[in-house]
This record gives sequence, C-alpha cells and structure tokens, in this order.
Amino acid sequence: MKYLVSIGLETHVQLKTRTKMFCGCLLSTDCPPNTNVCPVCMGLPGALPLMNKEAIRKTVMSGLMLGCSINKYSRFDRKNYFYPDMVKNYQISQNTDPLCIGGGVDIGKGENIRRVRINHIHLEEDAAKINHYDRHSGIDYNRCGTPLMEIVSEPDMHSSSDAMEYLTALRQILVYAGVSDCNLEDGNMRSDVNVSVRPETSDRLGTKVEIKNMNTFKGICAALEFEIDRQTAILKSGGSVVQETRRWDGECGETFSMRTKENAHDYRYFPEPDLLPVMLDDGTIEQWRSELPELPGKKRERFKTQYSLPEYDAGVLCAQLPVAAFFEQTVQRGAAPKSVSNWIMTDLLRLLGQTGRDISDIPLTPDSFASLLKLVDSKSINTPTAKELFEELFEKGGEPEAIVKERGLGQVSDTGAIEEFAARVVAENPKVAADYVGGKAPALQYLVGQVMKLSRGKANPQMAAEIIKRKIAGE
Amino acid sequence: MRSDEISGMTVAAAADAMRAGKFSSEELVRAVFDAIDERDGLIGAYLTVDRDGALKEAKTADARRRAGESGDLLGIPVAMKDIFNVKNQPCTCASKILKGYIAPYDATVTAKLRTAGAVPAGRVNMDEFAMGTSTEHSAFKITHNPAALDRVPGGSSGGSAAAVAGGMALASLGTDTGGSIRQPASFCGCVGLKPSYGRVSRYGVTAFASSLDQVGPITKTVEDAAIILGAIAGADSRDQTVLDKPVPNYRAELRGASLKGLRIGVPDEYFVDGTDPEVMSLVRGAIDKCENAGAQVSRISLPHTRYAIAVYYICATAEASANLARFDGIRYGARCADAGSSLQSLYDRTRTEGFGKEVKRRIILGTYVLSSGYYDAYYSRALKARTLIRRDFEKAFSECDVIMAPVAPTPAYKLNSTVNDPLKSYLGDVFTVPANLAGICGISIPCGRTAADGLPVGLQILGPAFGETVLLRAAKACETEFGL
Repeated sequence: MKYLVSIGLETHVQLKTRTKMFCGCLLSTDCPPNTNVCPVCMGLPGALPLMNKEAIRKTVMSGLMLGCSINKYSRFDRKNYFYPDMVKNYQISQNTDPLCIGGGVDIGKGENIRRVRINHIHLEEDAAKINHYDRHSGIDYNRCGTPLMEIVSEPDMHSSSDAMEYLTALRQILVYAGVSDCNLEDGNMRSDVNVSVRPETSDRLGTKVEIKNMNTFKGICAALEFEIDRQTAILKSGGSVVQETRRWDGECGETFSMRTKENAHDYRYFPEPDLLPVMLDDGTIEQWRSELPELPGKKRERFKTQYSLPEYDAGVLCAQLPVAAFFEQTVQRGAAPKSVSNWIMTDLLRLLGQTGRDISDIPLTPDSFASLLKLVDSKSINTPTAKELFEELFEKGGEPEAIVKERGLGQVSDTGAIEEFAARVVAENPKVAADYVGGKAPALQYLVGQVMKLSRGKANPQMAAEIIKRKIAGE
Repeated sequence: MRSDEISGMTVAAAADAMRAGKFSSEELVRAVFDAIDERDGLIGAYLTVDRDGALKEAKTADARRRAGESGDLLGIPVAMKDIFNVKNQPCTCASKILKGYIAPYDATVTAKLRTAGAVPAGRVNMDEFAMGTSTEHSAFKITHNPAALDRVPGGSSGGSAAAVAGGMALASLGTDTGGSIRQPASFCGCVGLKPSYGRVSRYGVTAFASSLDQVGPITKTVEDAAIILGAIAGADSRDQTVLDKPVPNYRAELRGASLKGLRIGVPDEYFVDGTDPEVMSLVRGAIDKCENAGAQVSRISLPHTRYAIAVYYICATAEASANLARFDGIRYGARCADAGSSLQSLYDRTRTEGFGKEVKRRIILGTYVLSSGYYDAYYSRALKARTLIRRDFEKAFSECDVIMAPVAPTPAYKLNSTVNDPLKSYLGDVFTVPANLAGICGISIPCGRTAADGLPVGLQILGPAFGETVLLRAAKACETEFGL
C-alpha cells in the first residue's frame, strides 16, 4: 500500500525592529548575558508591556506579501506555562484574533506550481535562551521580548523537499520585505513541524505528531524524513501513531517523545489586560501596502519580459533584493541588460562570495559599473582590461573613464600602430607564420598574442588578427 | 508647634503652614516618625520606615521650597502600601515570596509624587498581594484598627488607612481592586478614593488583577484626596491602559461644591437584608441630610448587581493566577532553601512556602476558571456579565450625577472573625466590586459612628468613568454638610 504524507509548519521569525516587542531595550545580539534587559523584559513586579508599533507594521507587511487578509481588530492574549525561559511564566501572544489570516506561498515550478496555504500569522514575544552545561543551565534573558512572528501553515506539504521549498520561498519573501534577516545561525527563523501519514485510500488526515528542536533547514529535512519513515513503519506493521510532541536529536538523527496528548499543556489563554486591542484602519493598511517591495516571483517575471533575460538570469538576479536593485540601477544608467546580467553573475557575485562583503557596502556603484560597460561596448577597452578594472572598482571604486585616460588603458584600434606591430611579429616568426599557412589555426593565436604583448595589452585583438592574416598573405 | 499637632495635620493645612514658614518638611517628617514611634507598636501599620531616605528627601524638599517652589505636596510624607515600587526600598506585597526583594525602579505614581515633592516615607501593611479585606492575610504582621484596637482596619489597604487614622501619616497611597481603598477607609474613618480605571498609571504597582487594579489616596479630607489625585493622575508612556485625558486641578474644582440640585441615585440593590442595621441607618441618614440640603434623591436600579461577586471572583482570580506566576524563585525574591533536585520541585516548594493560604486559594480558583473545558462556563460568561454590570451604571448615570450607597455591609469587625471563612469575607465586597468591574470612580467618606461601639462608618459615593470632578465635589459638599 502507498502512504500519503501531510506536513504543516509553524515558523517563528524574529522581526528586525529597533527595539523589543514590549519595552525600549534595543534588539542586540552581541551583549554579555543578561545585560540587555529592563524591568519590563525581566518581568519584574509592576512592570507593564508597551506595544511596539513597528512590529505590528512588519507583521502586517509580511501578511500582505503572503496574500493574507489583515484583521482590523486584533488582540493579544496571555499563554500560560511555567518555564525558566519565560520571565512572567506567561507569554504575550495572540490566540483568537491574530493580525493576519489566510494567504499562502507558491512552491514548485512551471506546470507543477502548488500553493501551501497559510492558516494565520500572529505576533508574540521571544523567550530567553537557555544554555545547558554539564551540571547546570544558564539563562540569558537578552533575547526575551524580541518580537517574534509565527507563521502557521496548513498541512499542504507532502515531502521534506516540499517543506524545504516552502521555507526557502518564505525566507526570500520575508528578507525581501525587510521584516527579518532570517539568519538561521542567529536563530532568526525557527520552525516546528507537524507530520502525519495516512494510507492513500484514506481521505482523512492521519494522527499528527509535532516535532521541535530543529535549528537548521537540514535538521528540519532530516527530522521530517526520519519521522515519515517511523510513522510509515508503524502503519505498515498494523500499529497506530500516537498523538504527541517529539524532540529532534540532531546528533543521533532521531526523534524522541517529549509529551503525549494527555500531558499536553493547557495554556489557559485569556485576553492580555495590560494591552489595548490593535485597531487598524483601511488607510493605515493601504499605506503599508504601498510600502511593500515587489514579490520575488513577480520581479522574476518582469525581469524576463522587461529586460529580455533568460529564466536562469532572472532567477539569479532576483534571489536577493539588493542584487536585483543593483542590476536595475545599472541598466537605468544606460547599460545593456544582458551584459549587466553577465557581469553580475560571473564577476560581481564571485567577488562578493570571495570577499564575504555585502553588496550595499562595496565601492563599486551602478554609476561606475555602467560607465565601465559603456567603455567595453564602445570597444574603448578590451575585455581583459575591463575585467581588471572591474576588480579595481570593486575594491577601491573610482571613475572608469578617468582611470582609463589617466593610465592610457584605452584599446589601440589605430591600424597604423597595429600594422607596425604585426609586420614585426610576422617578420620575427617566419616558422609560425608558415604553420598558419600550412593549416595550423592556433598559430594565429600565438601571433596575435605577440602583437598584444608589444601593445602592452591595449590592441584590439580582432583587428590584430585581421592585419596579421593580411601580412602573411603578403598584402 | 508640638510634634503631634504637626503630624496630626491634613495635607492642605501642613502645606499652608510650610508655605507660611511655620515648620520645615524635615520637622514634619520627624513629627511623623515620632508618631510612628509612639503609636505603631499598638497599631502595626508600618512594615518598614525609610528614616534616612525620608529625611534626605525632606531636606531636598525644603531646598526646593527655598528655591521658590510651593506645591501642595512639597515636603509632605506619604505612606506607601507595600505594593508600590519605590527605588531602593523593599517591595514585598506583604508576602514571604518577596521577602528581601528591593525594588530597582520607581513606579510611575512614586515618580509623580517625587516630582510634586512628596516624600515616600515608609511602607505600610496590606493583605498579601492585596488579596483580602482585613489585612490579616499579611505574611508579616497584624494591623489593628486605630478606632478600636481589637478590630481589623479593613483591607487590603489596611495599613494605609490605619496609618492615616492613627495620625502616623498625613496621607497614604493604596490600591483598590474590589474595594481595597474604600472599605478600609470606611472601617478606619478616613477618606478613600478609587479613581476610574485608566485615570492613574499602574506601572510599578505589583499587579493583582490588571483590569481592575487602580491606585488612589487614603486621606483625612476630600480636599487632600483631590490634591493627591491631581499629582498622580494622567497619561503615562509606560502604561497603555491609562487614558490620555487632561487632568483638572481637582483641588480648585472643589470651590463652591454644593449639594443643591445634585441628582443622587440610590440603588435598591445596595439596601438589602444582610446589611448591618446601624450601617444601613447611618447611610440612609446621610442621604437624607443631602436631600435636606437641596439634593434630588431618587431610587434607581442596578439589576445585575447580584452577579457582581461571582463575576469579580472569576475575573480577578483568573488575572491573578497569571500575574502571580512570575514569583517562582528563579530570578528574584525568596527561593525555597531545599529546592529539591528538579525544576518542578523548585517551583512547587518555593510557591508552597512563599504564598499564604488566601493567595493560594485565589491562584487555584483562577487557574480553574481558565482551564480548558471550564473557560466558557466561567471566564467567558463572567466577561459578558461584566459588560451588563457596566451598562447598568451607564444607564444610571444618564439619570443621576452620583450614586450613594454603603461601602460595606458591616463596620470594622473583630480580628480573627473572618479569616477562616473566606466566603463571608468575599460577600463583604458586594457593594464595592461593581465599581471596579465597571471601571467607574468611587469614594468613601465618613458619615458617622455606630452607637454601640463608636465604630466609623463610611458613605460610598460613585461617579461615572472619569467623573472625578463631580464625585469629589459631591464628596466635599457632603463632608461640609455632615460636619464630621
């Protein structure tokens, strides 16, 4: 018998705001433990939460990017549970009236595009980070109160690769919207998964198991695969899956039971009395909608039609919003789209990768990039010179035309000068010239190389080849 | 002037005297300390007195006065209920679980009092976490009613009322979640004001029930209550639930207060069997005096009053069960010496040892009403009934300016008479909790003493939400009329 897998994800995304969710502490990752705290995020007696409006805006913008409908009335609730990472022993979260409802993310390509529906997006506060040591645990409350957006999907994914595609697309959209850095290493984006398996013949979802404690996409993928195999094996042997929460142990590559349904937490949600409900009017929502960037998918399509780029180029350029922006700004300065794209894909991305630098932080500007490409197009400099100059602009910046002029890098297209070099080369290399006449094509390359050498790299190589051919032919 | 003459003054009189140069704030604070030394051994209102800190602040106030300031609260010592955060002072909420805890920051009301020049001189007793009506639920000491030492001062702000009534504070600050300012004021013969919800910031006030808690003064006169309310009211960037409404000069608003033409509603539901006959006749007598002075008195109905106690004990305990969850021995406060070897045992033992009986009872009640399967039957229905209670008042205030009623069904009762009968003490809240549920303002002012024992009895006046001016003017006019 065949089995069908259904996977849903609960993805926690730390929002990139200036301050924490309910207090004025700055969001900061590199403070000594327990130094970036105040009475509010430490839950001291008498402290009260205050709403971070920027976190509301970023959550709503995420919802708009993901096609959610925005609740004009939204509210916070207290989620009660005891654990040392939660200073108040309740988390301020949203239960019945979250900010965003519905929406979805498209995965797959071409004919095979499928939609993973989103159930809702809500906003809450992050907990402290607990570090476990041999004989004790340390709690760092710096992370407490970081705005955390939870995106809950429907169980619309059917394999670990579906889940990976969903997370990749989601991450790209959220980074695009500027709501989060989604750095997995920094814990900006963390997912719990729900998995169930059922016989192909059944039209009801199987018993759901929740898995926690995956820190990487790879971990999620491995946990899903382990769990799908585990559940399938149980069903195959005639057993039934227990509804429970399991913990992924990345080191052994297995999931272990944490608690069963009977021991599930009763969170005793109730409306947070210290905060007023969030009321959003149409004007505000429309204002935020107008501030949204273009979605990655839409941008790819536009790049294909507007700039006549191949699918591959559009995909590479649009993978990161700043790269796409750099491309467009360069094109707007008059450079040919396809050559801008080639240079970005082969040279710029390579240099960024090698140096680990950020595109927003390099001396090369769309202006200097565009003028460099103009020099190439007008054959004012040859390709090897252009490549060298590009690296220099990337490192130090500068004005290409001025540099070319100053150092005399201009390509020599003056036939007189090339004629002279060609005559000398042919005269000094009679054997090579004879080889060429005898049918050995590479011999010509050698001769062209000698002309380039004499011109110190500035000769137009095509022109040099033509002239050498004429000289050999005795013209 | 003699020390006890100084400490026995009202805020307004002391402010005038200091403006006239009759004594300094330092002398005033020393006079209050003398009174505490002399009387608090019998009364037991104070938990701690910050003598050095208070004298230092008194000197600062004197310097401010020399520099030209002359506010009504400049240099006035105020007794603080042990629930308010005052930086570098203990803040235990009369609970063992916060023993040794020193507040690292000022509550907004503390900061506002300091700005006005008042001196937070000491911390006064209360029922643990403001849960109780007799101050007998303090983990640390019993407070006696200065009017009758064998009786309770009321609660939960019993220390605040006893300090003022005992002449050991010119004024004090309390909190009122279900009557905790008004009832002790009534029991001790003081003025106790519960402002409207959203009038005064709760930031830095250890929370009992967040949607009901409100800070207010306990004083000797309505004028003093107006002075303090004027200093502590108003928007706070640290508390979203405070409304950004202008704060009138409440003291100035009292001028020309009169009962003439005042429309007084008297709710049938507040004059029922079970109320002490002497309380009933004193309150009725007070209302008659108002009518004789020209007020228009009419019977009104607040039909959902009968649900108030049940609704209150569901809402308040539900919120408390979450608010008190943070006291777990992990980050601050007391941790059980033998915490065991697991996180669970640390929690269990710390909370078992740290909380008193009444607090545990309410945490369990609140946890129960929020539990899955019970939420709809209790909490959700209570919220609906709460709306009905609020509407009762909205309707009533469309027909009258203020409502008059008893504060509590009894005068101060004997120590140890209710402490083991929680239901009896809960029912004592019947006339005070509706104002908290509705978010309106209320005040208790003395209206006489019982014939047999000479116990003070308060008249409760209720005003609409943010109707403090009307409320205080009515109270001021009554005070003048009653001549007490």
